[in-house]
Amino acid sequence: MTRLIVGPFNRVEGDLELTLDIAEGRVAQARVATTLYRGFEQILVGRLAADALTIAPRICGICSLSQSMAAAAALRGISGVQPPPNGVLAANIAHAAENIADHLTHFYLFFMPDFARASYAGEGWFAPVAARFTAVSGAAAQEVLPARARLLHVMGLIAGKWPHSLAIQPGGVTRALDLGEKMRLIAILSDFRAFLERSLFAAPLEQVAAIATPEQLADFSQGQGDFAAFLRVAESLRLETLGAVALPLISFGAYHSAQGALFPAGLFDPGASEARPLPIGAIGEDVAFSYMRDSAADPARSVTQPDADRENAYSWAKAPRLSGEPAETGAVARQAVAGDPLIRALIAQAGGTNVFVRVVARVIEIARLALAAEGWAREIRLKESFSEHGPAPLHGESIGMVEAARGALGHWLSVEKGVIQRYQIVAPTTWNFSPRDARGVPGPLEQALVGVDVGAAGAKAPVIQHVVRSFDPCMVCTAH
Amino acid sequence: MAVLEHGAAGWFAELKSFGINLLWHPSVSEETGDEVLDILARVESGETPLDILCIEGSILRGPHGTGKFNRMSGTGRTLLDISRSLAARADYCVAVGSCAAYGGIPAGDPDPTDACGLHYDGAEPGGALGRDYRSASGLPVINVSGCAPHPGWMMETFQALAMGDLAADDLDALGRPKFFAAHLAHHGCSRNEFYEFKASARVLSERGCMMEHLGCKATQAIGDCNQRAWNGGGSCTHAGFACISCTAPNFENTRNFHVTPKVAGIPVGLPLDMPKAWFMTLAALSKSATPERVRKNAEADRIVENPRRGK
Repeated sequence: MTRLIVGPFNRVEGDLELTLDIAEGRVAQARVATTLYRGFEQILVGRLAADALTIAPRICGICSLSQSMAAAAALRGISGVQPPPNGVLAANIAHAAENIADHLTHFYLFFMPDFARASYAGEGWFAPVAARFTAVSGAAAQEVLPARARLLHVMGLIAGKWPHSLAIQPGGVTRALDLGEKMRLIAILSDFRAFLERSLFAAPLEQVAAIATPEQLADFSQGQGDFAAFLRVAESLRLETLGAVALPLISFGAYHSAQGALFPAGLFDPGASEARPLPIGAIGEDVAFSYMRDSAADPARSVTQPDADRENAYSWAKAPRLSGEPAETGAVARQAVAGDPLIRALIAQAGGTNVFVRVVARVIEIARLALAAEGWAREIRLKESFSEHGPAPLHGESIGMVEAARGALGHWLSVEKGVIQRYQIVAPTTWNFSPRDARGVPGPLEQALVGVDVGAAGAKAPVIQHVVRSFDPCMVCTAH
Repeated sequence: MAVLEHGAAGWFAELKSFGINLLWHPSVSEETGDEVLDILARVESGETPLDILCIEGSILRGPHGTGKFNRMSGTGRTLLDISRSLAARADYCVAVGSCAAYGGIPAGDPDPTDACGLHYDGAEPGGALGRDYRSASGLPVINVSGCAPHPGWMMETFQALAMGDLAADDLDALGRPKFFAAHLAHHGCSRNEFYEFKASARVLSERGCMMEHLGCKATQAIGDCNQRAWNGGGSCTHAGFACISCTAPNFENTRNFHVTPKVAGIPVGLPLDMPKAWFMTLAALSKSATPERVRKNAEADRIVENPRRGK
């Protein structure tokens, strides 16, 4: 048995360290550690409730608006204020822009550059993939950065800036768009569609969103775009066999409107045919292997107290569990819960999730969200209000639940006399990259790494990189 | 990550055109694991020259001075230790964001991790590197503060350094480049007319000035925020929420960000360098002269009264 320490881990957001025990060239056991703790939950306690909107989003520079959405939802749960339709639409568009930008960053800047590494130089597909996806200097990055920046002009119109905006409020958004701005919004989304249809998909978004079976996906892989290039690499490297787990898939739901949520909340078991309601009360956080003092498992009752000297601890992250079991979250869970036929079929074929389906779900979701955002922008009724004003939250408990790009994000809030008594944040990567729990059950990534064949490359094996990045971790959110 | 929004041709292209080679960036570089440790070792030994060291994030000194709240993964070392070691090798040292500059949100009460900036602990010189630190060029740490800082503030600082165009007297008293720090966030605010006439918004989403009731600090906060576009054309005040002075040390310890603290009905934080009595006199005068149009629009979420010639 050899023990490998892998870090610093590049092209993930934040600080990640892996400890891998290798036996006969395969990972026998993995430990996933978050190496940064900043104390946001402690900083939020004692402040006025509305100040959560300033503090909580600053956990993260790439999921900031999702954190705003969760904080606003938690405050709304106590004050009872309801945003008017325009407020919901505008917030959804900004939220979608963040989600898409994160998926795009992941695909082009974090995930694909690993296939352009020299260790793949012998593969038949290597030359065009390296030309397109090499980190920093590849041709794709030169197209993606301007397209991503242009998409984020949505934030200039709705959120003022990104990251870290105060535009998302419990009662809606702080700025009413005028006619010219609505047109600019639609123009930005049109520009972004053009980029997607030219570079990522080389096909109309509607055609991408209509891919319903693995066979149709295989047909699509013969096309010209960057997604098709990924599909061909994935087939050659059999990425559907890599990083496999079969855990419950959870989504907190997102993009709500009067017609319901575009992606509803729920729980999907890889072996099941239908999603089930999510038992929110069954969520708990375990700290047996975290640098934390023991506290209640229920986020509505627990208090965060760091303890750098805790025996056996190896991560600043807590271990969220659903009914005592680990669960996976992210685009793949969101789409499985929402009933996307392609994603469900790929999960059924493999008996669970894996590197391939995680990436496919994310890329397909880009198309779905871009289409939805176009619709929302057109639905804005300029003569109507964008926000309602209610009383400040005084007393009560609430959970603000949303989907960030990386999955289920919850803010558990308790307020007395207008002051925050408890604020617990369970972030998507806290689920996916959790350490072991008191029963010794490893977290999802820890399970997904077991059995991975690293061969002679050891810590340098690119397969380790693929498995880790397939979850698109956000480590700064993980331990916050 | 905000810097990825910079430049019409993309950030990578702009770095290239200024001859800036990214030795390593945690989010975008290919190198990972041992390859990164090799790069760091070569810089620490002096083998690879380090022109500009950019550090993002507060430096965490806790618990008990160990720095263990932020260990660099793959090493047994803390960021506190590595920052000090690399800073000693750098020609220029840039703190990117208010966290690395002054401590930022993690330093917010009760400061659970004993967070500070590279060269400041709040507004006090010192921080992780100590008040006497100077990079090899002789400059103190360059503080591109802001939460988050504008992509242009970061990139223009790097470009100026690459061209040898940034000297000690280009920095303000808190180490911030004057090209953005010599302005107030108030300059160019789209709510300017409402400010002039003290026509105030009562709740977020109204178009009036947010200084009197909604906690806006733009008249005291440094930054050219309303003179350059954020994300193609936005800014905090333009989007309808208050400036929280995120470029300043200790901004994180404000309580009730969206309510203006007042004594006897008068805002405590008046414009930076204006005599209080003068401000009160002018405010009273301008309030009495406020056009009906401005008064009405200040308390609406959209323009309800158009500009037109008076009778």
